[in-house]
Amino acid sequence: MTDTLPGAAIPNPLDEAAITAAVEDAIAAIAAASSLEELKAVRLAHTGEKSPLSLANREIGGLAKEHKAAAGKLMGSSRGKVNQALAARTEVLEAENDARILIEETVDVTAGPRRRRAGARHPLSTLQDRVSDIFVGMGWEIAEGPEVESEWFNFDALNFKPDHPAREMQDTFFVEPPEAHLLMRTHTSPVQVRSMLEREVPIYVLCPGKVFRTDELDATHTPVFHQFEGLAIDKNLSMADLRGTLEHFARQMFGDEASIRLRPNYFPFTEPSAELDIWHPGAKGGPRWIEWGGCGMVNPNVLRAAGIDPDIYSGFAFGMGIERTLMFRNEVGDMRDMIEGDVRFSEHFGMEI
Amino acid sequence: MRIPLSWLREFAQVPAEATAEDVMADLVKVGFEEEGVHRPTDELTGPVVVGQVLSLVKEPQTNGKTINWCQVRVVPEGQEQTLTGEGIDPSGVQGIICGAHNFVEGDKVVVTLPGAVLPGNFQISARKTYGHLSAGMIASVRELGIGDDHDGILVLSRIGLDPEIGTDAMELLGLYDQAAEINVTPDRGYAFSIRGVAREYAHATGTLFVDPASKVTAPASLQGGYGIKLNDDAPIYGKPGCDRFVARTVRGVDASRPTPPWMSSRLRLAGVRSISLPVDISNYVMLELGQPNHCYDLDKLSGDIVVRRAVAGEKITTLDDKERTLDVEDLLITDDSGAIGIAGVMGGAHTEVSDSTTNILVEAAHFDEVSIARSRRRHKLPSEASKRFERGVDWHVANIAAQRVVDLLVELAGGTADETGTDVGTAPDAVTIELPADFAAARIGIDFSEEQITTSLVDLGATVEKTASGYLVTAPSWRNDLETKEDLSEEIARLVGYDNIPATLPVAPPGRGLSRSQQQKRRVVQALADAGLTEVLSYPFVTKAANDTFGVAEEGAPRPALKLANPISEEHGYLRTSILPGLIEVVRRNHSRGFRDLAVYEAGSVFLPGDKLGTESIPPLGIKPSDEVLDGLYDGVPHQPLHIAAVLTGHDSPAAATHTPRAWDWADALDIARLMADVLGVELVISQGSHQAFHPGRAAQLALRNGDVVGYAGELHPKLLAAHDMPARSVALEVNVEALFDAAADVIVAKHISGFPVATQDVALVVPQDVPADHVLAALREGAGVLLEDVSLFDVYVGPGIEEGKKSLAFGLRFRADDRTLTADEASEARAAAVAVATERFGAVQR
Repeated sequence: MTDTLPGAAIPNPLDEAAITAAVEDAIAAIAAASSLEELKAVRLAHTGEKSPLSLANREIGGLAKEHKAAAGKLMGSSRGKVNQALAARTEVLEAENDARILIEETVDVTAGPRRRRAGARHPLSTLQDRVSDIFVGMGWEIAEGPEVESEWFNFDALNFKPDHPAREMQDTFFVEPPEAHLLMRTHTSPVQVRSMLEREVPIYVLCPGKVFRTDELDATHTPVFHQFEGLAIDKNLSMADLRGTLEHFARQMFGDEASIRLRPNYFPFTEPSAELDIWHPGAKGGPRWIEWGGCGMVNPNVLRAAGIDPDIYSGFAFGMGIERTLMFRNEVGDMRDMIEGDVRFSEHFGMEI
Repeated sequence: MRIPLSWLREFAQVPAEATAEDVMADLVKVGFEEEGVHRPTDELTGPVVVGQVLSLVKEPQTNGKTINWCQVRVVPEGQEQTLTGEGIDPSGVQGIICGAHNFVEGDKVVVTLPGAVLPGNFQISARKTYGHLSAGMIASVRELGIGDDHDGILVLSRIGLDPEIGTDAMELLGLYDQAAEINVTPDRGYAFSIRGVAREYAHATGTLFVDPASKVTAPASLQGGYGIKLNDDAPIYGKPGCDRFVARTVRGVDASRPTPPWMSSRLRLAGVRSISLPVDISNYVMLELGQPNHCYDLDKLSGDIVVRRAVAGEKITTLDDKERTLDVEDLLITDDSGAIGIAGVMGGAHTEVSDSTTNILVEAAHFDEVSIARSRRRHKLPSEASKRFERGVDWHVANIAAQRVVDLLVELAGGTADETGTDVGTAPDAVTIELPADFAAARIGIDFSEEQITTSLVDLGATVEKTASGYLVTAPSWRNDLETKEDLSEEIARLVGYDNIPATLPVAPPGRGLSRSQQQKRRVVQALADAGLTEVLSYPFVTKAANDTFGVAEEGAPRPALKLANPISEEHGYLRTSILPGLIEVVRRNHSRGFRDLAVYEAGSVFLPGDKLGTESIPPLGIKPSDEVLDGLYDGVPHQPLHIAAVLTGHDSPAAATHTPRAWDWADALDIARLMADVLGVELVISQGSHQAFHPGRAAQLALRNGDVVGYAGELHPKLLAAHDMPARSVALEVNVEALFDAAADVIVAKHISGFPVATQDVALVVPQDVPADHVLAALREGAGVLLEDVSLFDVYVGPGIEEGKKSLAFGLRFRADDRTLTADEASEARAAAVAVATERFGAVQR
């Protein structure tokens, strides 16, 4: 393409027919341009310095004064038409071009890489948070304490007599030297004692945490496991309050169909004491009773150890294993999966429980 | 405790069709957990009958053995065989091959007929062997699952039996009986007996109970018997070690007589091995009445029996033939020869009854719980006797139990009881408890009627006296666990039924939600998961070497650690001072399972003992210690801060068609540490660090603005990685997040946001190689003054154009004023001031 029409005569700016013909030529060429590149050539040919319309326009200067106005008007409107057509066509072709580029940029999204790792929480940790949230929602607070603990907090303050068989049944890890009376807490109950000593009554606290027993690791035992224990100290608390609290909690965890059953049992730190079974509607193999933990009314000796008058206040306490809860709630078959640290175990749960 | 149902039925109304499972289901309601079922018929089914050996032909075999070809009559002569089936001879006489030789023609034996199944799923059928059709088996006790003896077959006359031919041998041997095994909680010693469990069964089912003690007629008082002296000169907690000793004498017994099958089968079901008739009787009475007792060979005793504490260095050889050195706190049964038993724990070998014993002294005594528990623990001698004494035995049952032993020795061993006997000691005071009228109702939440309260307590065996304000309750002598009104409330609730307790939901006072540090912990732990790391757990038990390497930065520097007195593994006997050893184990386990691209973290306590470790003594139970004592307890508990550690190995993401994953490097470890600080709003000061577990040139020390070191991050030491078989370039970090929690601001004060334009200026500075970029950056920041909004390092260059030993650091500086648009001159001036400080401090030269 050249920027001038070969052999074309310069049209007279007063020759309306010739100018109109040039405009029509230009508009036809613009319409025929099928790409932005073609349109550019058309623009140069029909609006460039050597185009008929530009040349004709230049002729105006040489016309007699009385013709200048008419010629100017004709040329102005003619060139305006051409420019309008150019702009319109440019817009159309640009839009077409943009759309084509987007289509050309299509990728197979299913073949894309996953660059970001999906992290995961350990389900015992997630479950512990879930349980805590239920109690926080009831106005309870979360209490924590040390894992290596004074023997007094773990046993004596909880009414374990020094030579009673119940004390030995806890399978305790002792810390050297034995004369220092330090041990790895066998339950989170020492946190209850600390709470009673450190807080003002009424007390409603949940104590989740890690506990230790000298059990060898197998499918159902581990020397390190987790518990959550609840403690409520107030005026006029009864076993009915204990049952109501546990039932409410059980329904939050296992749905409205869940209920609980209490069976007599013995713990040094509660009297009366009960074993707690839960009716688990979603249990694997059908709804059934499952042993969940222990509970009872706080033994007056425990209150006394914390300086709380058992004639004024009473309390209840309960405790469950988090591993055990996870085992029957989420159908974990082997305790070892929880503690070996195989990343597949945590990653299967992700952030949820 | 295992309860043979036939035994329980003697004293409680157990329906004839009830199974062990049914009995357990009832007992669980009153607080005995189900442990299991022991039922011989689960493993053994008939026909198993009594047969008489008619003839026995010895047939030597080519293999050197001799077998017996026997004709055994299994139906009384003149009667017809009513059993049918393959291999059962209608004549009533079975031909059986038997390899044992301990029997002769005429002996009555147990024949397992074709169709029977023996323990181990051993199916009996007629089969051709040694040239005969052997149609059944003559059984040994072992084959029947009722004993260990397999030297020969069971000849019934030798266990004192002469039943009719064809008798159901399973019935004869008590094999249709079954036992329920229940778990007895440590407060209820009385339930380690048929007596106690029968009473509980009656409570559970509302049926009648007959006290086995009431079936024994014991003399009201005993006199003139064997000399017994109770000489405890060192009672524990002021309680005499022995407060009752009943001794009875039976003479002329035949100790070699067999134990009758009804007794041995009950003992077997109860889990007690049959030893000899006197010992079996002793055990039988213990199981029935809960009173441990002992039979001495009277002729081996010399002089009075004295119950006293051991003297230093004293020794005894116990029934298990082990010589034990005694402790001065051990309570002993002694005679002139010295110790003849550790009281309530185990008898001595010297005075043990044997088959040749003819005269027996029966002991039924009452010992202090604590004294027995300590001796048992000291000598690691858990016995059926100590189990009961530790939990408490009924003081009043001793003479009844002694009488029962005497009666059985007379009846079964053919002895004659002396008229005389000994019964020394003092009964403890009965425990009386005041129970306010409404106490149980308030504590349990059931509005108990007066009748419910009195009936429950009377059913237990208590006596109840109505008073103006409630009840005066005298606990039964076998319930040493009943001491307080709370104990009585439990008993009333238990007998009325826990299922009757209603549910009410108490409303807690307004709570404060999660504490600040609890929220901070959650935020950090979650942020790491959100950042793509996987949370894992590991055990806190580590080796000394692991603590020495990971727990302290400088090699050889002291870092005390806690050691367990009784670890599961001696090697891993220490408590961690760092989370990293456990995490490395986790990483290795994952590697071995085929996962090599890992980013794992753990949040947990580490154990950092200080100067003070525990307390020399601990205060008693039941009273609040003084503030001083409590402070001592608190101070003695070692520091256990929460740490978070992470280990990253391999790559940051899985490889994919259009993606090349990036290998984790030291900077990732730093980023994760920064992330933890960022989510808490804490500034982390990172500097070149040195920690023996990390690469000497690629470790960062993490500190707070105040200089406190809170952790390390970087590449693990290559030697350590090699030693642990970990991938090269694995990186790690560990942070004391509790220190970060404390450093977080309570209130963050807002900063003015300027809307004026930014002016950016770059500068490249040449400094010596060993100058940390961070220090140059700090100098620039300091020199630039208030107009500087931000400065960052965007390039490090070493190479042509830069002098050897130097490097070029390129920084981008952003300037902005709060109140005006900066001119180019102002920005340049500020830049020049920044460079001036860097030059002054490090000789930085602008490129």
